[in-house]
Amino acid sequence: MPDMVTLPHSSLSGKPQQRQFNPYSENGGTILAISGADFSVIAGDTRQSEGYSIQTRYAPKVFRLTDNAVLAVNGFAADGNMFVKQVRQRLEWYRHAHAKDMPLRAIARLIQTMLYARRFFPYYVYNILGGIEEDGSGAVYSFDPVGSYERESCRAAGAAQSLVQPFLDNQIYFKNQVPRPGHPHPQHLSLETVIQLVIDSFTSATERHIEVGDGLEMFVVLAKGSPLHGLENFDGVQEMTVTNEGERIFVVRRNLKRD
Amino acid sequence: MFRNTYDSDNTVFSPQGRLHQVEYALEAVKQGSAAVGLRSKTHSILLALKRSTGELASYQQKMFRIDDHVGIAIAGLTSDARVLSNFMRQQAMSSKMAFNRPIPVNRLVSAIADKAQVNTQEYGRRPYGVGFLVIGQDQSGPHLYEFSPSGNSYEYYAMSIGARSQSAKTYLEKHYESFADCSLEDLIQHGLHALRETLQQDKDLNVNNTSIGIVGAPSTHEKTTGVSFRILEGETIQPFLDTMVPKDAPAPAAAPAASTDEDVQMAE
Amino acid sequence: MDHFPTNWGRPRNDAFDAYGTYPISQRPYNGPTTDAFSDGIQHTQQPIVTGTSVLAIKYKDGIMMAADNLASYGSLARFKDIQRLHPVGNNTVIGAGGDMSDFQYIQALLDQLMIEEFTEQDGHSLGPSEIHEYLSHVMYSRRSKMDPLWNSLIVGGFKDEKRFLSYVDLLGTTYSASTLATGYGSYIAQPLLRKAVEGNEDVLTEDEAVKILEQSMKVLFYRDARSLNKYQIAKITADGVSVSESRSVETHWSFAEGIRGYGAQTQ
Repeated sequence: MPDMVTLPHSSLSGKPQQRQFNPYSENGGTILAISGADFSVIAGDTRQSEGYSIQTRYAPKVFRLTDNAVLAVNGFAADGNMFVKQVRQRLEWYRHAHAKDMPLRAIARLIQTMLYARRFFPYYVYNILGGIEEDGSGAVYSFDPVGSYERESCRAAGAAQSLVQPFLDNQIYFKNQVPRPGHPHPQHLSLETVIQLVIDSFTSATERHIEVGDGLEMFVVLAKGSPLHGLENFDGVQEMTVTNEGERIFVVRRNLKRD
Repeated sequence: MFRNTYDSDNTVFSPQGRLHQVEYALEAVKQGSAAVGLRSKTHSILLALKRSTGELASYQQKMFRIDDHVGIAIAGLTSDARVLSNFMRQQAMSSKMAFNRPIPVNRLVSAIADKAQVNTQEYGRRPYGVGFLVIGQDQSGPHLYEFSPSGNSYEYYAMSIGARSQSAKTYLEKHYESFADCSLEDLIQHGLHALRETLQQDKDLNVNNTSIGIVGAPSTHEKTTGVSFRILEGETIQPFLDTMVPKDAPAPAAAPAASTDEDVQMAE
Repeated sequence: MDHFPTNWGRPRNDAFDAYGTYPISQRPYNGPTTDAFSDGIQHTQQPIVTGTSVLAIKYKDGIMMAADNLASYGSLARFKDIQRLHPVGNNTVIGAGGDMSDFQYIQALLDQLMIEEFTEQDGHSLGPSEIHEYLSHVMYSRRSKMDPLWNSLIVGGFKDEKRFLSYVDLLGTTYSASTLATGYGSYIAQPLLRKAVEGNEDVLTEDEAVKILEQSMKVLFYRDARSLNKYQIAKITADGVSVSESRSVETHWSFAEGIRGYGAQTQ
């Protein structure tokens, strides 16, 4: 009877091998937020995918947290959904303790500490928080997966970040645009312009990126006492406001190409 | 006050088969200012009388929001109530987290009743010195429960707890059959009338000493559009106070109060 | 029993139990904490005995699901009478692909959960959406412990006049749509299901739904080497849950004779 075959050590490079379970996945999609003087627009597409498969054409990535804060979450969907649930519970405890909604900048700091708490097993998600500050100004905060954050006036994240962000730099920050003499760039953009930019961003991203498409969900947060800025003329606007504190939230839904 | 032999430890029965510590805890509930709860087919409401220790002090909080669909009114030790309501909030949140379901109101009440029961049986503990009226709305409609430190909980059409609550109960017993089909405004009016019965002679319900808690569709006097639990206090309750019918004879109204207000004498 | 006399008679431990609210039976354990075998635990790194695709669609009266009866051991068709559609309560069915022992653990877990719910006897019951939410937490927390339950699960149900259809897998990823498929089914059957169902959810009859699933199961049997021509169909409607007896569809393999270019026959 022959001896049992012993594998030559060289073929296994002499080191023990281990296959490991990968706890992460990447579910595509793109999110985007832009703030104005007295409003904020937070948007995301509704496609959820893995590899070349579309898992569903409608999985929300943008969530109303309070009447003045909206959170968009992109990356690994399971982490994202669980993270939003956790944030919501923390906000509920804040409501119990203080009988009011948490202010936007405090939510931003809360999100940073919650993300950093998982520094060594991160939530694989990019967060963008939009809403109205206590002083009534529109604001956008953007985060990396482990909690670094800053306030900005516009940010895109996710699969098509590299397509959308340069477009926004040009159209919002007027990068590489030279103003006509006597016609300086506007200080603040109007809500109507911003919404059109958002829609254009997503239709373009849908054209050029396979993970973007199906539907667009745009949340608009208006500051206390702010007029509707032409929002009433848009099709399919739905109000999401719950309290009468002053800020108002609307959703605008659009179809994107499904191919 | 009491000279009972079997009252220093809640794990020991008296020869009459009673747990004196538990009964004293029920007395603590009666020391607290009154709270009233009513239920119709569409709404559950709470009304409570807030006390202040004097001109310089604020009024003690009598109502707590537990979740979107549940709220409580308390009578007794506020600090114990805060511990229990914190527990109720945790239960409500874990139901939301695990099942994405608002916790059924009866389970929330059973949960605190079970906690209270443990305190009537284990060595080194004392019963909670607070009673609750719990209102809430779930899949089976609006509810009203009473919770007491003895570990008991019951569901009611209408109920009152706290100081002079017997007077309110008398009012409720007289009118409860009409509550099921009441509008929210009428239900609150009944509640205010019942709560008024618990007042001392020269006192009146006003925007400072009255709290109203509601679950169900909003009244025309409210600004909100939601059906979630909310607490109305201050100027927002003036329209409801205005609906009250003045008592015709001001003098001899609250006669039976005297016997229930005092500490109950227990037989040894 | 707390064997540490220093803990006896102490009403509470401030460190863990600030309000003194824990019953004695739930107070923190104070005994020795070292376990000689505690670092010897193996976490699942790969599935062993596996089930393949599960299909599910919405139709007029509710949800219909299909899964075959095979549990494979690698390429060996090991168990040929395994049920992969499991009713949970009166309004829900879960279908599973992936590791069958993990699935049977999940069945036991859910059965226990339903018993606890039933013993409340208060008229409340867990519907498909609650069960899905719960399952997604179980799956997500196990993946977060790097000890996943190696399954793709579809939860289908009908409660309070509402259809429910949703997915959850070993990563805790969730989504819902009017057609769902796991495993190879997500590549092979899902396009067929979408074409037949999307936009027709409210008009498809039971017979049509059965036909769509039968057709898809047949295609899967032709193309998926780990499938079996013996499967069950579950439907969940206002009338409750029913899982069919095992059935099969007629297939023809004569065309295989003519195939050239791979396998044993290369010319």
